[in-house]
Amino acid sequence: MSQTYRLSSGGRVDRSKVLNFTFNGKSYQGYAGDSLAAALLANGVDIVGRSFKYSRPRGIIASGTEEPNAILQLGATEATQIPNVRATQQPLYSGLVATSTNGWPNVNTDVMGILGKVGGSMMPPGFYYKTFMYPKSFWMTYEKYIRKAAGLGRSPLQNDPDSYDYMNQHCDVLIVGSGPAGLAAALAAGRSGARVILADEQEEFGGSLLDTRETLDGKPAADWVASVIAELQAMPEVTLLPRATVNGYHDHNFLTIHERLTDHLGDHAPLGQVRHRVHRVRAKRVVLATGAHERPLVYGNNDVPGNMLAGAISVYVRRYGVAPGRKLVLSTNNDHAYRAALDWHDAGLQVVAIADARHNPRGSLVEEARAKGIRILTSSAIIESRGTKHVTGARVAAIDTVAHKVTSPGEWLECDLIGTSGGYSPIVHLASHLGGRPVWRDDILGFVPGDAPQKRVCVGGINGVYALGDALADGFEGGVRAATEAGFQPTTGSLPKTVARKEEASVALFQVPHDKGTARAPKQFVDQQNDVTAAAIELATREGFESVEHVKRYTALGFGTDQGKLGNINGLAIAARSMGITIPQMGTTMFRPNYTPVTFGAVAGRHCGHIFEPVRFTALHSWHLKNNAEFEDVGQWKRPWYFPKPGEDLHTAVERECKAVRASVGLLDASTLGKIDIQGPDAREFLNRVYTNAWTKLDVGKARYGLMCKEDGMVFDDGVTACVADNHFIMTTTTGGAARVLQWLELYHQTEWPELKVYFTSVTDHWATMTLSGPNSRKLLAEVTDIDLDKDAFPFMTWKEGNVGGVPARVFRISFTGELSYEVNVQANYAMGVLEKIVEAGKKYNLTPYGTETMHVLRAEKGFIIVGQDTDGSMNPDDLNMSWCVGRNKPFSWIGLRGMNREDCLREDRKQLVGLKPVDPKKWLPEGAQLVNDPNQPIPMDMVGHVTSSYAFNSLGYSFAMGVVKGGLKRMGERVYSPQADGSVIEAEIVSSVFFDPKGEQQNV
Amino acid sequence: MLHIFCPHCGELRSEEEFHASGQAHIARPLDPNSCTDEEWGTYMFFRDNLRGIHHELWDHVAGCRQYFNVTRNTETYEILETYKIGEQPKVTARENTPATSAAVNERGENV
Amino acid sequence: MSAINVFEQNPSGNARAESPLHHADLRSLVGKGRQNAGVTLREHKFLGHLTLRGDGHDEAFASAVQKALGLELPGALQLVSSGDTSLQWVGPDEWLLIVPGGQEVEVEQKLRDAAAGLHIQVVNVSGGQSLLELRGPNVRQVLMKSTSYDVHPNNFPVGKAVGTVFAKSQLVIRRTGEETWELVIRRSFSDYWWLWLQDASAEYGLAIEA
Repeated sequence: MSQTYRLSSGGRVDRSKVLNFTFNGKSYQGYAGDSLAAALLANGVDIVGRSFKYSRPRGIIASGTEEPNAILQLGATEATQIPNVRATQQPLYSGLVATSTNGWPNVNTDVMGILGKVGGSMMPPGFYYKTFMYPKSFWMTYEKYIRKAAGLGRSPLQNDPDSYDYMNQHCDVLIVGSGPAGLAAALAAGRSGARVILADEQEEFGGSLLDTRETLDGKPAADWVASVIAELQAMPEVTLLPRATVNGYHDHNFLTIHERLTDHLGDHAPLGQVRHRVHRVRAKRVVLATGAHERPLVYGNNDVPGNMLAGAISVYVRRYGVAPGRKLVLSTNNDHAYRAALDWHDAGLQVVAIADARHNPRGSLVEEARAKGIRILTSSAIIESRGTKHVTGARVAAIDTVAHKVTSPGEWLECDLIGTSGGYSPIVHLASHLGGRPVWRDDILGFVPGDAPQKRVCVGGINGVYALGDALADGFEGGVRAATEAGFQPTTGSLPKTVARKEEASVALFQVPHDKGTARAPKQFVDQQNDVTAAAIELATREGFESVEHVKRYTALGFGTDQGKLGNINGLAIAARSMGITIPQMGTTMFRPNYTPVTFGAVAGRHCGHIFEPVRFTALHSWHLKNNAEFEDVGQWKRPWYFPKPGEDLHTAVERECKAVRASVGLLDASTLGKIDIQGPDAREFLNRVYTNAWTKLDVGKARYGLMCKEDGMVFDDGVTACVADNHFIMTTTTGGAARVLQWLELYHQTEWPELKVYFTSVTDHWATMTLSGPNSRKLLAEVTDIDLDKDAFPFMTWKEGNVGGVPARVFRISFTGELSYEVNVQANYAMGVLEKIVEAGKKYNLTPYGTETMHVLRAEKGFIIVGQDTDGSMNPDDLNMSWCVGRNKPFSWIGLRGMNREDCLREDRKQLVGLKPVDPKKWLPEGAQLVNDPNQPIPMDMVGHVTSSYAFNSLGYSFAMGVVKGGLKRMGERVYSPQADGSVIEAEIVSSVFFDPKGEQQNV
Repeated sequence: MLHIFCPHCGELRSEEEFHASGQAHIARPLDPNSCTDEEWGTYMFFRDNLRGIHHELWDHVAGCRQYFNVTRNTETYEILETYKIGEQPKVTARENTPATSAAVNERGENV
Repeated sequence: MSAINVFEQNPSGNARAESPLHHADLRSLVGKGRQNAGVTLREHKFLGHLTLRGDGHDEAFASAVQKALGLELPGALQLVSSGDTSLQWVGPDEWLLIVPGGQEVEVEQKLRDAAAGLHIQVVNVSGGQSLLELRGPNVRQVLMKSTSYDVHPNNFPVGKAVGTVFAKSQLVIRRTGEETWELVIRRSFSDYWWLWLQDASAEYGLAIEA
């Protein structure tokens, strides 16, 4: 039997297009235009899941975003699995595969159910609070159990085949929602010529106009929707986004929209198409036309499948041509819900009765129902329903809403569908994302947006303006206002005519009384997604959780994907009543982005895989690739780490590279070092102020090492700066510090010393730098350059200009290895050609390319620091034993001097950088390892320092390290100990940090 | 995502183009050596943590690379003005009442 | 001795040169994209890029620039050009001058001569950056995917140039024609931009010119 509950006519579905789909392994059919929920209901599927805590069977309640139960797992393949999809929002497509998320192993015979509500007794309200808070280590165990049993969906185990992206949008007016108010606003704003975006979360524009009984200009409301959309489509500055949920309202009118471009087309996106897109919108004005959610009534067993929102029944009947039952009982406290009974009756189905909580309702819809002969019970409500897997009856009794009492024994009415309406809650989520507190209005029994600094206009249902004609007018006016405020002149226009009708006020009814009282009545669910009952909320208040935020966290009311859409108002009204205060006194919880769940794909956008992050390459990168380099990430740069030969690992390669440099000559790509071109008559003075050492007397042609400190006296960068002309310097910085240093120089120039005539420009990417290092570097370089390399003509710490490999170059004779070294700088476009000439000439010298690891080892052998490795922001130059680099007598109080002279910086027991030589030359001290004086001291031991750099494989032939030790510079020759995780202890001698060539004879030859 | 008017580019730009660089108008002492440790510590480390009007230093790193000042309400995140280094704020906590919008309106969308 | 070192960095003879996108071998991709591609990409390589710094409020500086280049010093976010030379505002004291490759020193010297006595900076940055031209009806969408800056024609007319965030890094966007845009990119990021632009253009079709 197929689609037993499909009406013979009606709805906006295309009955000529039959779509096959499966749910929990069973095959079904639906029509194009169906939502998955509509198709399930058409096939009489009652149970879509099991509840989180009590494992009760649950069915579809709603027709839109507010659906708490029909949260399904979608995906025909492993790679396309998507958890937490609302069946009410998922359009049906051919081949759709859905399964229940809750209810393991299956929704009809549930293990937890058979075992007798294990969850219920194990998880009383406050379970999160009482159990998960401590002990923390048990969380893993609990989580596994709860996730498996309750089921929160699962993520795919394979890569998502689809692509996702972002789109940055700017508009004058963003309109959220395309019901009557939103469409009217869009017309008003669009006609003004403003840039307008209209976004709606549904498949079609129109909102409530798609299922209303009312007419516009005497025609079906949907006709007017079509004409408005056609007009908007013709406007070049209007962007229409259906299937697009405005999910977050962020500062300064920045909103995010989650658009689902292909979810209606299939399991994955058609080739070349983007599946989801996040629009990041900056809007001059925002019109919130989000409408309202109908509140369900809270009564006994109100979660049995077959209990639905009254409005949802109308939607299924009128929009999808589906009747989710045969015999309806309706319970309401307002006029509007009567339309469900009228729609039901008009579809030829039986309305058993309408229970109205009001004493004497006389509104137009009420009278229409009376005229049709429908039985209406006043001052009454459904106080409980019955049925195990589906509703079989409703108990209707007389109630006193003020005294919260049942006043008659009532009667059981046989039915298979219950519709309820407890009034309407304006959808204030977006209006509250930035903290604006909603305000309670007694006349509409709902919260509306409060004042907020955002440049926004709220129209229609969100303002409690519900009557169709009023909503249209409110929307149009709001659109005019928004466009005007954005600087446009709206034109006037007429709105379609509505049929006037009389609508009476509703009566407050947030929990239907039961003759047994809340605690003993059958469970009265407030939040079905989180299994929160009225009794649990009362318990929370009795246990002293009086703030609405505490009640929420204690009971989990409004948690998860629900975010307080259905249960929020009922829950806080129940809490308020049990504490004897009013709803405004109670207040509401705050709403946070996102309004509905967003897929991780949409969050990631295009930033994944090979373009997850920028990767920076030097001009010589393809040479490194050809020469087998392994790479290391240094900031965003890919730098060669080492160049293994066949069969070599890191250690053997590095040892070989180290020895080759010390024995002959090595080649390093140093292009990543930050380089800043500094010009101006005050350049020298500026250097004096930002470096710790003196620059006044650095002659043209010379280079000098410099340390930079922050104002606190702690080292934050270092490098060599060369004087290329009297008012012209080239500064180098660390690779990671390049951008930071340039910003630092600009900060001081722009904010402190604008009178100094100096400019700074980054030339990091412009110059490619090749370092030749080793005793044969001079001989090698001589073969490819016209520069006089004689040691007297070109001494240590100077630079020359000339041709290298036929290309103009600046060559700096500086050394980071302790060997004779030349840094060859050429314009990057020419670097590869120059490199190849050097490599060709270098063959006879065994020119050995080396990477960052060998560079680190060789510099450590010389005791040269690496900022960020041997320093951590708490080391001043004295701590680094670099007082030689501090010009204490410079006339201007340079950055760091005052900080270095603070009392704390002058202590003698500060951690100081020293060399560490393991007593066993084969032992490697792990970097970061703590050092102690007495390895036998009971824990906690007194820690006296830690290892900063450590190398077992090097050119020295023994393991060595650098580290910081309290008062270490005065402890030469003493021992420190490093207890390891495995219980062993490494003993090391404190030595000078210069292990290789302490006199500098190798580099100055 | 704040929307910040760069006084040099003359346009509103998205927050991601900028770096926040802390409180504005913290001048480096002209003679650091005459400061006591306490005075120097105050200059280096102590900053206001205000509820309401706050003056901040921002850097338009992705744009014109200029530092400038921002007067921002730390409660509402409204930016009431931006102004160049060396200029003084027009909106200050003393004059400012909750009706900050006067200043906003005066400078239209450009603040 | 001169106060500033002006250095001819181009070889006098024939030397091999590789642009930042050399490794992408764009030439081999010409004609391989989709027919009627929505986006056409081209690298304008080996141009002379010079950073010019000076006081934008100083009349003398503006007239020195005018004298040396024959171009009016552009104000905020403006790009001016004449023939193969373009001058772009970068900041209140910074401009980007692009000239035909090989003219860097000649132009720098002209500027220095014209601005003699003024405090300026001229820096050759030709090796460190490149110009990517994007052309076609869907370039605007590709830009919208990449930058939070508003690229609507009302806000981004021809002749405007903007430094901004692009994907996860930064660059300069210049609009040089109705459907023609240029990106000024840093050398070390060029591969990232190349991969990013291929991916962002995929749904519109990407063609390569070389």
